Order: sequence, then C-alpha cells, then structure tokens
Amino acid sequence: MANLAKLALSEEEELMYTGQLAAILDHARDIMALDTADLSPTAHPLELRNVFRRDVETPSLDRDEVMSQAPAAEEGRFMVPRILGEAP
Amino acid sequence: MTPSTVGLGAAEIAKLVRSKQISAQEVAEEHLALVRLQDPVLNSFLQITDDAAIASAKAVDAKVAKGEDPGELAGVPVALKDNLVTRGFATTCASQILKGWRPPYTATVVEKITRAGGVVLGKTNLDEFAMGSSTENSSFGPTRNPYDLNRVPGGSSGGSAAAVAARFAPLALGSDTGGSIRQPAALCGIVGVKPTYGMVSRYGLIAFASSLDQIGPFARSVKDAALMLQVIAGHDPRDSTSLESGVPDLLSDIDGGVEGLRIGIIEELIDGVAPMVGSAIAEAANSLSAQGAKVEYVSVPAVRYGLSAYYLIAPAEASSNLARYDGVRYGLRVAGQDMNETYISSRTKGFGPEVKRRIMLGTFALSSGYYDAYYGKAQKVRTMIINSFQKAYERFDVLLSPTAPTTAFELGAKAADPLSMYLSDVCTIPTNLAGHPAMSVPYGLGENEMPIGVQILAPALGEVNMLRVARAVEKGSPLIRRKLFWE
Repeated sequence: MANLAKLALSEEEELMYTGQLAAILDHARDIMALDTADLSPTAHPLELRNVFRRDVETPSLDRDEVMSQAPAAEEGRFMVPRILGEAP
Repeated sequence: MTPSTVGLGAAEIAKLVRSKQISAQEVAEEHLALVRLQDPVLNSFLQITDDAAIASAKAVDAKVAKGEDPGELAGVPVALKDNLVTRGFATTCASQILKGWRPPYTATVVEKITRAGGVVLGKTNLDEFAMGSSTENSSFGPTRNPYDLNRVPGGSSGGSAAAVAARFAPLALGSDTGGSIRQPAALCGIVGVKPTYGMVSRYGLIAFASSLDQIGPFARSVKDAALMLQVIAGHDPRDSTSLESGVPDLLSDIDGGVEGLRIGIIEELIDGVAPMVGSAIAEAANSLSAQGAKVEYVSVPAVRYGLSAYYLIAPAEASSNLARYDGVRYGLRVAGQDMNETYISSRTKGFGPEVKRRIMLGTFALSSGYYDAYYGKAQKVRTMIINSFQKAYERFDVLLSPTAPTTAFELGAKAADPLSMYLSDVCTIPTNLAGHPAMSVPYGLGENEMPIGVQILAPALGEVNMLRVARAVEKGSPLIRRKLFWE
C-alpha cells in the first residue's frame, strides 16, 4: 500500500501501521455484515449535474506568481528530474 | 478611558464601529495585543498577520468616516483555519509539505469576510490536513484547551475553537469533514456550525474529502454564528458543488422560539456517552419541552455505522486528493535520482504519521480486489444512513444528540491509538455522510469541569429551524463558565 501511495516506510513504521490499519479495518467489519443488496451507492450528497460556465474570457491566476512557488522552474515551466532515458 | 472590546460579541463590535463609538483599528489592536501576550502558551495561531489586520481595520474606519457602510462585520476580528488559502500569506495545513507556500489566490469565504468589513487576525492551527480530533497532529505543535492547558481543544479546527474561546477573536472559520468544527466547539465551550453541504463555497479550502468537507463559523453565541454564516453562504461559480438555491434569512427568525417544533433525541448517540454529557442532553431536552417543543426519543439505527463508513470513504477521497503533493508544482521537494524517487522522498518527508495512515487506508479501500468490499460497501452504507435520517425527519423537525461522547481529554491520552481517537467523532460523522447541517451549542460543564456541547441536527437546508432550536438551547443553558487560563 505504501508503495502504491508513493510513501517509504521504515521497518518499525511498517509494523506500527500494519497493526493500526488492521484494527481500523477490523472495526469496519460491522458494516460488512449488513445487507445492502437493494441499496445504490452514494458518492456525493448532492445530485450532481455537469456545470458549464459561459464561454467567455475571465482572468486566471498570475503565471509568475504561480511559478514563483514551484520548487524548481525555468522559463515559465516546472522543472523535474529527467523522466526519459538517453536516446540509444 | 474606553472599555476594552475584548470579550464583546461580533454583532456588538460591528455596531460600535458602525456608530463611530470605537474605531476598527482600536478593536484590532486590543485583540492583537492579547494574542501576542497569551497565545505563546495556547498555540492557537500559526501566523499572526498584524500589518494586514491593521490595514484592513483602517480601511473600515475610512469607510465609516466617509459615511459609507463597511458591512455587517465592520471591524470584527476573525481567525482563519490554516487550510483556507490566503493570497500572499503562508498557508500550511499544519503540514511540512506546504511549509513556506504562498498561495496565488484567496478563498471565496475570506473574500466575503473582508468585503463585509471583517478583519483577519491570522491563521490558526489544525490537525495536519484537517485529519484528527485533537489538533495534536499539527506539525507545528499541539494547541491547548484555554480552560485547562493540559487538555486538548478538540480538532481538527482546534486552533480556531481555542482562539474564539480564549477571546482572541469573536469569530473564526473552520472546516468540518467528520465533526472538525462541532467537536472542538463542544470541547472549548463555544458555538460551531457545519452548514448544509454546498451552502458555503469550498473554493480555496484545501481538499481533504471533497464530498464531506464544508466550511463553517465558530462564535461565542448562536446569533454571532448565524451572522457569520449569513455572510459566507451563497452560490459561487468557482465551486461547481455550491448550491444555486438562495440563502434564507438566518437571523430574523432566530428568536422565534420552539413552540410546536418536533424534536427527536437520537437514542443510538446517547448510548455509552459520559454520564454528565448524557444528563446535559436530558436537561437541554427538558428545557426545550418547557419552552413549548414536542420532544421525544427516536431511533436512527443506521447512524451506528457512520464511523465505519466514514473511515473508508474519507481516507479514500483523501488518498486521491493528496496525490497532488508530488513535489513538482508547489510545496516541499526532496530531490531523488528520478521522478518516482522524488515523489516518494518528498511525500515521505512532508507528510506526518496520521496523514500517511489515512492515505494508506484510502489507497487500500480503493485498490483493485478490495474496492467493492470496502469503498463500495461504505458507499451503500452511506445511502442507508441517509435513508435512516430521512425516516426520522418525517416525524421530527430537528434532532438532538451530544456533540462528543466525552468532554476534553488530556493531551497524549489517545495519541497512540488512532481508533480511540476516531471514536470521538462518532456523534458528528453521520451528518457529513448525509450532507446535512448540524451545530454544537455549549451546555454547562461536565466531567473534569470541562464544557459540554449539545448537537442540533437538521435536514438539508434546515438551517433556520436548527438555529432557532440552538438559540432556545442557549437561552436555557446553565450560565456557568470556568476561568480562562489568562483570567
């Protein structure tokens, strides 16, 4: 799970979380026994409809201000480590 | 000599400022002086924005001088939970991963408060990313309860609740995903409101669990809470889940009384609460009967399953929402050999233990092979809870329960056992799953001489009735208060 969630755990942490998560999931067993065959799932409390805005220009965030908060940026772009290998 | 405005309510301060009996600048200075002097012990603020506060107070005074109306919150000091973004001012969510980040925009609610003449004093402490019930999960140290410094203020909006209780500000904003406004309000002896889902714009609220999160007010009286809710409520095109139905007048009917209202006490939420908390609910119910309401016990069986459903749904949504903290566009980056290593080392260093726990729990609940059994099941139980409430609201206008099963516990008491901490939200969680409004009103002192909160629940958009009942509970409540730590 830690790997899927992009987290690294020490052995000690792994042990702690395994126990704690097991206890939480164990508590959740009370709902596993419920008969919910006739119920549809609720993902959201409101009946959601697609919301469109009018197709007009509106101001957006200031690009320089946004980029100033990036850990690394160059020429208005976010910089990250190389993601592709060297060309063969 | 002008008497101090510290301790006055929001409506009183606005009235004094609007009628030129006191300047907004004096009000701000008096409150800031108290915060500077006393908050180092309480740790309710993560950041005090003195200069900006004085500047906006002066702007209010300038309007008054010109004969313009500065708004309903004229000169009223306001504290903001630090998961509401404020352009140019650090917003941390009490997390190392956002330390130093200056948001490029401001939350709608903050704009509305400023437009109404409110004066923002600063940003308050919280459990990291609003995950917790004691404010001990903050990466900047815990906030303490202003009535007993060895006890927690509740959470996750513990900083806002403690600041209002301590008279640092008459109003504050919090966010409530599973009880994070109501539970700290109860533990600090103040009023806290979680509005109907969609009534208040979430634009600029850093997301925890998007289908549950809602912003709401803290105040020391029901009327002040209603006043602030009136200011922040309303449709916002920048939040596609914000309701388009207009906002009712929340204040004009608030003293209307409870004659003829049908009020149900939720049996399942009385079970197992601390003895003095249980008696306080019974006393509040008696007082409502005496004021003309029809009060009865009612069973809402599915609320029993709220905790289990919530601790699958909320972490699932959180695991998805918090995927954005990847060290690329903002916040902490711990550079690795490649992109994947950068993701992992940034998140591992930046998130605290409770956030990691919930991300992993949510990742599990959503993972292939477990999705239907856990997340899918919890979503169906959510429907069951909504149906259960709906049945109760066929017979009752509002429902009553404790806000929290106990009064404030000691720092560290539940820190090692996450499940025991989660249980302190058992009374508040069902409301979030249903998207309904609910609020906490203080009702005397209980175990360890700490405050008790009565929870008033209503169906969606039932705020007017909810506030009327809250006002009646407040009128009938015992007028006892402990001394604050600085009194």
